[in-house]
Amino acid sequence: MLHYILRRILTMIPTLLIISMLVFVIIQLPPGDYLESHIAELQSQGESVDEQKIQFLREQYGLDKPMLQQYWYWLIGMLQGDFGYSFEYDLPVTEVVGDRLFLTVLISIATILFTWAVAFPIGIYSATHQYSWGDYGLSTLGFLGLATPNFLLALVMLYLANVYFGTSIGGLMDPEYIDAPWSLDKVLSILEHLWIPVVVIGTSGTAGMIRRLRANLLDELQKQYVTTGRAKGLPPGKLLRKYPLRVALNFFVADIGNLLPTVISGAEIVAVVMSLPTTGPILLSALQSQDMYLAGSFLMFLALLTVFGVLVSDILLALLDPRIRLGGSANK
Amino acid sequence: MLEINQLAVDFRLQHHAVPALMDVSFSVDPGETVALVGESGSGKSVTSQAIMGILPTNAEIRSGEILFDNPETGQRIDIARLDPESAQMRQIRGGNISIIFQEPMTSLSPVHTIGDQVSEALFLHRDASYQEGLKLTEAMLKHVGFPDPARALRMYPFELSGGLRQRAMIAMAMITHPSLLIADEPTTALDVTIQARILKLVRELQAELGMALLLITHDLGVVSNMADRVVVMYHGRVMEAGPLQQLFGDPQHDYLKALMHAVPRFDLEPGERLVPVREIKSEAGALIKQQPLDQVADAGAPHLSVSEVSKTYHLHRGDWFSTESRELLAVDRVSLEVERGECFGLVGESGCGKTTLSKIIMRAVTPDQGEIIYHDGSRAIDVRALDNSALLEFRRKMQFIFQDPYSALNPRMTVFDILREPLVVHELGDMDYQREMTTELMRLVGLDPRFLNRYPHSFSGGQRQRIGIARALALQPDLIICDEPVSALDVSIQAQVLNLLKDLQQELGLTLVFISHNLAVINYIANRIAVMCQGRIVELAPRDALFANPVHPYTRALLSAVPHPELSQPLNFDAITEGAASEPGQWPVPFTIDGLTPTEFMALGEGHYVRVASGSKPSDLAA
Repeated sequence: MLHYILRRILTMIPTLLIISMLVFVIIQLPPGDYLESHIAELQSQGESVDEQKIQFLREQYGLDKPMLQQYWYWLIGMLQGDFGYSFEYDLPVTEVVGDRLFLTVLISIATILFTWAVAFPIGIYSATHQYSWGDYGLSTLGFLGLATPNFLLALVMLYLANVYFGTSIGGLMDPEYIDAPWSLDKVLSILEHLWIPVVVIGTSGTAGMIRRLRANLLDELQKQYVTTGRAKGLPPGKLLRKYPLRVALNFFVADIGNLLPTVISGAEIVAVVMSLPTTGPILLSALQSQDMYLAGSFLMFLALLTVFGVLVSDILLALLDPRIRLGGSANK
Repeated sequence: MLEINQLAVDFRLQHHAVPALMDVSFSVDPGETVALVGESGSGKSVTSQAIMGILPTNAEIRSGEILFDNPETGQRIDIARLDPESAQMRQIRGGNISIIFQEPMTSLSPVHTIGDQVSEALFLHRDASYQEGLKLTEAMLKHVGFPDPARALRMYPFELSGGLRQRAMIAMAMITHPSLLIADEPTTALDVTIQARILKLVRELQAELGMALLLITHDLGVVSNMADRVVVMYHGRVMEAGPLQQLFGDPQHDYLKALMHAVPRFDLEPGERLVPVREIKSEAGALIKQQPLDQVADAGAPHLSVSEVSKTYHLHRGDWFSTESRELLAVDRVSLEVERGECFGLVGESGCGKTTLSKIIMRAVTPDQGEIIYHDGSRAIDVRALDNSALLEFRRKMQFIFQDPYSALNPRMTVFDILREPLVVHELGDMDYQREMTTELMRLVGLDPRFLNRYPHSFSGGQRQRIGIARALALQPDLIICDEPVSALDVSIQAQVLNLLKDLQQELGLTLVFISHNLAVINYIANRIAVMCQGRIVELAPRDALFANPVHPYTRALLSAVPHPELSQPLNFDAITEGAASEPGQWPVPFTIDGLTPTEFMALGEGHYVRVASGSKPSDLAA
């Protein structure tokens, strides 16, 4: 089993390497580089451009080098903890990202917990009361949740929160706490604001998970071992918890790897709409202005999260399911 | 103790109710064994579910009563009137009435240990502390024949063989010492030797605990060896009921008579045909040509010869900290020759390597060594040496019929597409030809060509298997490998399919390699038979010689474990011993295979061979 985990960790390395190549190529795909788009922007504003300064910058950041070489420097830098320099902010990438990364992770984790807390009981109810009015009602709600675009929901929620709870519009905290040092009030303010993006980002994921959990549990409820349990005289509640739910958990855990990227990519758009101080808006502007090191580092971070999520779900699956933990394999 | 009076159960479908049971009445006395006999769909399982109060949600007891004398309370309860989820019913279920299901694979939860699942009913129904419960569970597992019960407590179902899983099911049902045990096809999925051991075990436990047994089965051989009384069901009604002697000695009802004629027996007259409950008509059309044997140029050479084929599987299993690797010799230097036009039977228990061998012959599995030569009448083809294009060409000569008619057909393809697919793959003929061919194939297996545009789910198991046979015949092969083609079918259907295969073999001049674990079936269909055990062929003989004079101890053990549907040939339960028969190391000299002494085939004349230690003399066999 340790072998299994070790092997999984080792396979993460080539996976991340390939992702880093893809990320770099995609960032470089649009014609030109940051400096060119910067010049174009300056010229459109009627400002003059100092050719010499541009040339100097180009050399300093190695933008005149071949792409392969640039990629190599970037990769080596990242391994040493140097994520490069953001042209747009004139700051090292790590400083630009800072708190925002933490807040992104916070929102993502809160969203996942929200998804589970809502999807789990509703999924179980729907499966055990198949074709009842409750099942139909919850399914309709679920489809609505799936179909509503996140940004629309975000606007509606912002309005409602402001009108009924007096929460300030946009952001993750009241304006006076921005850039303020961490304090209890700041945390409370974050919590007060947090629920809106969590609900917005989590809704479609929750709806999807309800459908999948319902379908999985329905399959398990038909299985012969459930009848066996019934034939032993188990009370219905205990029967449900001990057998079908336990097996359906497998899927639940396997879904973690799937959930992380959905939540994070869903969060980017919502973050722009709600002007959240997370990584979303920065990533978007960095991609637009070809601020390559900033964008690249973000994307790599997201990739790392995803790969890590899959690893966690694999390990949890092995813990949960003896067939994976103890099961043999045979070569053909 | 159990009395069922005029029980009627309906299944509610969309808008109407379909009766599943009508006017079913019978009773079970304390300590006796009642067998409920019938083919699938006859309502036997619904009856057992009604008794247990575990009917599916769309089923409903319309009328009748199920009276049960609860020995614990001394009360007589009508289960039909009890809410299936009430505390009282739950107390009866598992506490006083237990059930063993047919499928030991799916009836156990894959993620809970054996100990957990077996002890569960005990903790629910009896006052036992955790420690006591574990002790009792361990004792019960020992009782049902687990070699290492303490270890088994912590094992998961997937780590056990089919036989051991069924034992775990039995232990689970017996742990509360119920007064009535319902066994729903408890041995159908098992090999004959294991079946005999399980039947023996159930009898012993029954005698010891004085419990009544309601045995549900379609196997008349099992019935004649186990039952005191028999209830025959058909289409949800009781056709005939009475003591075993009376029913089997002098069956009155046509249905039971028909059922008895459909079962392959060992004492069939030469040339005697089985009479299926429902006969089918097969017609060969113009496109499906016969291949007269005498026109084959080189008819003398064996159609298929396999020599010295071996296959080893490497298994890895481990826990958190270690991985152990094990080698499993699935096929060990197997050699055999199949003559043109014969039906070659390959018999052995599950895991003996017969399916692996068939896959090696088909080139679906790559052997470690050995040679497979196919003779197509004019030249010899080395099957292992074929490259991709030659292999595709070769596939037209040899085809395969699968065991499970349910998973062998793509549920999303119509029968027409299924039958046409081989023709499309091999680019045979135009659309008109293919349409004509599929029509003929349907007629050939006795199905109405109008069904061509239906999907597999609208066919019964027997019909699906016939579609599988038609697909195998689409390319007009000369040799067909049949891997347990009737083991998933009811006895009544089994005879149908066996007769069909027999007729087709005659008409089309086919060579068949027929794999089965059922000796009676092999006896009915095969000309020559090879007995396989643990990857080796231990005895090879023409059918009559094998059944009249089995030499190898394993063959003998197999033969003695078959339950016969005749009262005059009861199973000798005393002779059934644990495990020794299929352990090559425990066979008596000179049959012992311990991996050290080389073995060879000894010819006993008339094509009868038996595997013995090298250098043995025929006189050694006498002992």
